[in-house]
Amino acid sequence: MKYDVAVIGAGVVGSLITRELSKYNLKVALLERANDCAMGATKANSAIVHAGFDAKPGSLKAKLNVRGVELMKTTCEELNVPLKNIGAFVVAFSEEEIPHLEELLERGKENGVPGLEIVYRDELVKREPNIGEKAVAALYAPTSSIVCPYELTIAGVENAVTNGAEFLRNCEVKAIKQNSDSFTLDTTLGEIEASLVINAAGVHSGKVAEMIGDTSIEIKPRRGDYYLLDKSQGALAFSTIFQCPTKMGKGVLVSPTVDGNLIVGPSAIEHNDGDNVETTAEGLQSVYNSATKSIPAVSLRNAITSFSGNRAHCTADDFIIGSSEKNKNFINVAGIESPGLSSAPAIAEMVRELVVSLMGDIEKKSNFNPQRPAPVRFREMTSAQRERLIEKNKAYGRIVCRCETITEGEIIDAIHAPAGARDVDGVKRRTRAGMGRCQGGFCGSKVVEILARELNVPVNTITKFGGNSNIMYDKTK
Amino acid sequence: MLNYDLVVVGGGPAGMAAALKAKEEGVEKIVILERAETLGGILEQCIHTGFGLHYFGEELSGPEYAGRFIAEVEKTDIDVYLDTMVLDVSKDNVVTAVNNKDGLIKIQAVAVVLAMGCRERPRGALSIAGSRPAGVMTAGTAQKYVNIDGYMPGKKVVILGSGDIGLIMARRMTLEGAEVKVVCELMPYSGGLKRNIVQCLDDFGIPLRLSCTVIATHGKDRLEGVTIANVDEHLKPIPGTEQYIECDTLLLSVGLIPENELSNGVGIELDRVTGGPTVDEYRETLHKGIFACGNVLQVHDLVDYVTEESKIAGKGAADYIFGKKQEGTYINTKGVNGVRYIVPQRVNIKNEEDVKLYFRVGQVYKGAKVVVECDGNILSSKKKVMLAPGEMENVTITPEMLKNMNENSEITVRIEE
Amino acid sequence: MKKNLICVSCPLGCPIEVEIENGEILSVAGNTCKRGDKYARDELTNPVRSLTTTVKLFDGNLPVVPVKSSKPVPKDKMFECMKLINEATIKAPVKIGDVVISDILGTGADIVVTNNDSGK
Repeated sequence: MKYDVAVIGAGVVGSLITRELSKYNLKVALLERANDCAMGATKANSAIVHAGFDAKPGSLKAKLNVRGVELMKTTCEELNVPLKNIGAFVVAFSEEEIPHLEELLERGKENGVPGLEIVYRDELVKREPNIGEKAVAALYAPTSSIVCPYELTIAGVENAVTNGAEFLRNCEVKAIKQNSDSFTLDTTLGEIEASLVINAAGVHSGKVAEMIGDTSIEIKPRRGDYYLLDKSQGALAFSTIFQCPTKMGKGVLVSPTVDGNLIVGPSAIEHNDGDNVETTAEGLQSVYNSATKSIPAVSLRNAITSFSGNRAHCTADDFIIGSSEKNKNFINVAGIESPGLSSAPAIAEMVRELVVSLMGDIEKKSNFNPQRPAPVRFREMTSAQRERLIEKNKAYGRIVCRCETITEGEIIDAIHAPAGARDVDGVKRRTRAGMGRCQGGFCGSKVVEILARELNVPVNTITKFGGNSNIMYDKTK
Repeated sequence: MLNYDLVVVGGGPAGMAAALKAKEEGVEKIVILERAETLGGILEQCIHTGFGLHYFGEELSGPEYAGRFIAEVEKTDIDVYLDTMVLDVSKDNVVTAVNNKDGLIKIQAVAVVLAMGCRERPRGALSIAGSRPAGVMTAGTAQKYVNIDGYMPGKKVVILGSGDIGLIMARRMTLEGAEVKVVCELMPYSGGLKRNIVQCLDDFGIPLRLSCTVIATHGKDRLEGVTIANVDEHLKPIPGTEQYIECDTLLLSVGLIPENELSNGVGIELDRVTGGPTVDEYRETLHKGIFACGNVLQVHDLVDYVTEESKIAGKGAADYIFGKKQEGTYINTKGVNGVRYIVPQRVNIKNEEDVKLYFRVGQVYKGAKVVVECDGNILSSKKKVMLAPGEMENVTITPEMLKNMNENSEITVRIEE
Repeated sequence: MKKNLICVSCPLGCPIEVEIENGEILSVAGNTCKRGDKYARDELTNPVRSLTTTVKLFDGNLPVVPVKSSKPVPKDKMFECMKLINEATIKAPVKIGDVVISDILGTGADIVVTNNDSGK
């Protein structure tokens, strides 16, 4: 198979880059080693669109974060992905920390972040009644928002595929051969040829760069553990509550999610295995201890799940975006840790410009459709809308996931969407089926059944998330 | 908008018994709304025997016990909607449900019986560290896979939690050829019946480790093993006692939670201990005309008691519909000193019949007394050979006792060692 | 020889010690009631268990249907019974009480269906 561009890695960055490139008359393939997109850091991070006050002025992080915030709004509108502008507080828990806030305020101004202000305890308590006793002041960033990172990624891939890009799952790149004017990628799906390669492989971007002899990228994965709390706890915070950042990152935050849950985390543990996403008791305990400093009412009794993700921290301490020194047609997009999600639309824009300049006269598609239709969300509809919907298609009348009120119709849609769900977690990320308080206890087996029926495969081949993550073994008899 | 005298939410043993009792009392238009494709509720997958010893005086399997009530319902003109999910109950008792045949269904009810049952506590609530592979599921989910879908969810099994579902699944998985390596129980005692420990574990040489828990799961795709550890008296893992156990399946049997999302939607007050609505002796919630029974009210260990409770709710609903449920003088009941909770939480002192107070204790007692007291008077005191958290107990309050009470009275039940 | 049992006749769970010689029970101790004595004697001379499982169902709404032994079977024959049951099949419609295997392994117990399935 021959492509103009091969994008390696279907995280939020790879997804939005592929979508940008699908605006052109190019044959683009998005290669993903997992069974779905958004399977790395994208599915396990804080889900915040940062205002941009944190990054070092002049860095790529600072520039792309601020630009990313600008672009995020349009991107989310076009892709029909909920983006909630809820603002953020960085809280000082002692007088000694206040200068830190002032420093962030200055940095933010330099980065061009609008509306920053420092508020003191009285005002803070008014806006965040559940804030901890020791909070004395906070930096308020009104432009901070929340978005669901995997929903954005899925929407981006869907839209790219609708516009002609190809999504190749279970396609792990093992080696790359450099030809005179192209690359041959040796993958688990066979050989793939491409004129231009974009390395958006997240924690593995260093390894992928090495495949062409580029050893300039050193990724040091930083694992972060999180708790997700039940929706009944979603109102414990109205904005995202940060603590003063440390060397290891932005520290533990407490924030509502777009879906109304409360997310708490992350820890920050440096390690060597980018594929290791095992939480640890110590990590989870440290998250809890820090979080209760911000919001004492956070209680693990209401935790519905815990998880961890690896940030692709690189030793250069900034995003690495640009042609490899070894080959200009090999573009590295590496070291994308926080504010990676916030910057993703800007990163995609920057990479698009780079591709255009490298490839010369490529044409824009006349029929590019920037819109991804909003998926059916039964739970958010009025009675009248629901009635009309079920009239059109009876499958929307059957509730599969009780906790989140997800219908069979929505699950079928998710499976048959462009780059649709192939496994139980894929259905969950697209529809929220199984994401509620029972965590799939009731609907898990029904989702397996529907996947098997719609994909026309035996039920025991259905996996949780691809690979050998099968849910059932053989028939009992 | 449809009109019914009584809408029963849930067609498990609780819903069916309540509907049947209301019918017997003369209520005309009754409908049961059930989310599954059959009546019977969770009993459909509980294929082991041990049901019905109290109510029918014989030992039945879950489907057989349910089957008797299904047959009764079929003999009546009670309407049944299957595969139908209730989305909302409004403050004026309008029930909104949905299914794929009738679409949205709105029903104005005179009275509503909530009988939605309970759900299992999932992994998230436990903070088990480690990876998140396939093969970690609640015991009830595994029970459905094996008994209803006919598939094995694993071959080498570790079970966390020694409640009855966990024990029953240990035997079930073993009979179907799986190897159950160990059952871990966080507490120093099992929450399951002795009989189940003997016949589900001992019979097959499956070890039960008390004061022991799973602290981590391992494996990237499918579960490959778990780390277990002993816990101290504060239930915290003891360093140095960790042990790795190879397995492809971890079944969780770590508690049941009444499913009260609908009740919350109406704004019905819940009891913090039971997780179910606060009710009077007819199982009426604090919202007029809405009753609750079965596991949505309190988690039961015997379905026979569910039936008994639901008949009370069905009678209460019928009385309400016929305007026979008189305004009364309600006083509170309170569990103290070892009694974790009491259902019903409030009693009408004008009641002219016996009222049974159901309760659970917080620990194991041998030879302790159950003392019922009101306004400084001991109403009853009875020695019990054995009291355990896993077994629901009850005491009876007679109309004679109620007669001496006033609106400021409070009935307490306590344990005296 | 001494054997230790836990009585399951009631929730108390008395630990019972039985002295047994050449298959003959010499003494039963530790029980607090008569039921314990009977339980121990039955358990040591002829332990039996109710067996419940499923049978493969053809043309049913579900792929399997639950069954039970109509009376308890000897404890040591449970897995042998399971083998036979796993080989058996039945065709819908089925109803509670239908016999799948009669007098399984000569135990006098039938394997009977415990749920209804009207078939597709």
